[in-house]
Amino acid sequence: MADIHLNCKGLQCPGPIMQVFKAAKEAVVGDVIHVKVTDRGFTKDIQAWCKKTGHELLELVDGDTEIQAKILRK
Amino acid sequence: MGDKKTIIVFSGDLDKVMASLIIANGAAAMGSEVTMFFTFWGLNTLRKAKKVKVKKDFMESMFGWMMPRGAEKLSLSKMNFGGMGTQMMKSIMKKKNVNSLPELIESAQMMGVKMIACTMTMDVMGIKEEELIDGVELAGVASYLGEADEANVNLFI
Repeated sequence: MADIHLNCKGLQCPGPIMQVFKAAKEAVVGDVIHVKVTDRGFTKDIQAWCKKTGHELLELVDGDTEIQAKILRK
Repeated sequence: MGDKKTIIVFSGDLDKVMASLIIANGAAAMGSEVTMFFTFWGLNTLRKAKKVKVKKDFMESMFGWMMPRGAEKLSLSKMNFGGMGTQMMKSIMKKKNVNSLPELIESAQMMGVKMIACTMTMDVMGIKEEELIDGVELAGVASYLGEADEANVNLFI
């Protein structure tokens, strides 16, 4: 089980969600994807993405300057 | 997972085609199978930027010359101002790190989005297969409807 770190700061929609998708595709079950994003739509998008794809959203921090999410690859 | 979305790209306006490709990329990232059906003005999106030598009659050549040759040449549906508005929008988008239309097309193809060119439009406008970018399938309305039947989202843009 590995930790995967993605820096998607500065990327616009749908960039961050596509990066997360690609990372999840390459990851194995149990890996945790850590992602940092500045696109404000991502807070809602990552929840919708996890619900749709079945991966688990472990943590979502909506900060002032960036959004951080932790996703468990299922 | 594993559901389908279809998008008819009828418009050849830069903003609308961009919207369709952002949706297509997003849907692919959500795990959906996506088919885009390019018809009428939308077909110009799939033209190669470079002129390809093919046999055309007079009207076909005229059409080919008057219509935008490829994704890079499309203009905004509003505030185009003879191309100045489009250039301004493109430079703002670049500054804000928004993917360009050619980038969105490339990424969609890499994500496995199926792109279909409408053969009737090709015939009417005299656009030949060699003039289209690689990886495009040719088909008609029945293929689209076949895909749409199996899909849970069908958009007309």
